[in-house]
Amino acid sequence: MQSDLTESHLAVRSRIRDFAKSQLESVANEIDATQVTPASVINAMAENGWLGAALPTDWGGGGLDPLAYGLVTEEVGRVSSAVRSLMTVHNMSTQALLRFGSDEQRARWLPALCKGQKRIAFALTEPNTRGASGEIKTLVEEDGDGYRLTGQKTWITYGQIADLFLVFARQGKMPVAFLVERGTPGFTTEAIVDPLGTRGSMLAKLNFDRVRVEASHRVGKVGAGLNFVASTALDHGRYSVAWGATGIVRACLEASTQYATHSTQDASALIGHQLIQRRLTNILMHETTARALCYRAAQFRCRQDARAAAETSLAKYHAADVAFDAATHAVAIHGGMGCSADLPIARYLRDATVLTIIEGTQEMLQTALSSYAARKLHAEG
Amino acid sequence: MSALERIKNYVTSNISYDLTNESDFFELGLVDSLFALQLVAFVEQEFGFSIEPEDLDIAHFCSIAALHKFVESKLG
Repeated sequence: MQSDLTESHLAVRSRIRDFAKSQLESVANEIDATQVTPASVINAMAENGWLGAALPTDWGGGGLDPLAYGLVTEEVGRVSSAVRSLMTVHNMSTQALLRFGSDEQRARWLPALCKGQKRIAFALTEPNTRGASGEIKTLVEEDGDGYRLTGQKTWITYGQIADLFLVFARQGKMPVAFLVERGTPGFTTEAIVDPLGTRGSMLAKLNFDRVRVEASHRVGKVGAGLNFVASTALDHGRYSVAWGATGIVRACLEASTQYATHSTQDASALIGHQLIQRRLTNILMHETTARALCYRAAQFRCRQDARAAAETSLAKYHAADVAFDAATHAVAIHGGMGCSADLPIARYLRDATVLTIIEGTQEMLQTALSSYAARKLHAEG
Repeated sequence: MSALERIKNYVTSNISYDLTNESDFFELGLVDSLFALQLVAFVEQEFGFSIEPEDLDIAHFCSIAALHKFVESKLG
């Protein structure tokens, strides 16, 4: 897999590593503790091109190929899952707008989004639906030449500060997507505090009280909201989460190996104890397999294989699963220090837990992937 | 191979079910949104045209016959 990396890939990885080290590492714990990503960090992500890294250069984005974008996401995720989640939601929502937006919407929004000057959040999840996108209760009704939107969304990543929201609603039985700008009358946000993990991702509840949106803010046709607009966005989101999870595993491996090498038990280094060796081996295996599936997903995406979305879901499912296990091992290896706020280990476990829920819970992915398994085997004869 | 045959081959190679050309595989619960994306990608690559936002209606993708009709309409 390393051999798949071109000079360009290596250069972008080097650049993001330097950025993460200089701009993110020292504030990652503070972001988690205060539950705020400072504007200076968000602006630095935008100004250095990371928010729009995967978006087309024609619109002001970085034009990175899927593999390069994965490498960037892993490095950010290794240091701060919260900041990685900003990249995730901004990119996935902008990608959906790029694909399904009208010429007018693209011209109006893409330049600022691709440069990270405006931020966009993805608003699908609702209270009491556990992410089941087929149970949308946010309703929209025609109102003259526009629409009225009524309902609630929750667990919206960076909903506290996003300028624009890609909102999924239902018109009768038909799913439909809209762009809603912050400040639109009747649209309010409220912060969600004290989540378990990615605490710096500035989550929000969104309230729509007969919010009027112009017809020009509808994204795609009525009826295309879920199967196409949301699915496309979620596909990009899962790809980002898969690499972000791999970053967490890498962080666990680095921290645990370091700790086990320099800490002692019974007058010998921890790393000499077989049960610690077993845990380190498990983390190493997780890092290897998570990255292998991420690279595989990247290859499918680079060649625009029709199965890319399914393979990406597979990568996300596995990487999130093993990130949780790796973080559990890391906490155990660190003992009491693994539970302390002085080290990032406990944060890795909390953040990894969130990754098993967002962009499709593990259970939802199992449902989808078991269908893919049947299709895959049937297609392979 | 005709467009219909190409579409039929692709769908039946992915779905293990005794489908007719009119079988709605979404309504039958045989496929999901992942396969919807897969179909979009297949159509674009196999027939060489981009699917525009106004084309994105599940009614165009729900059966072999619907896909064929849609593809024929785009190829002219």
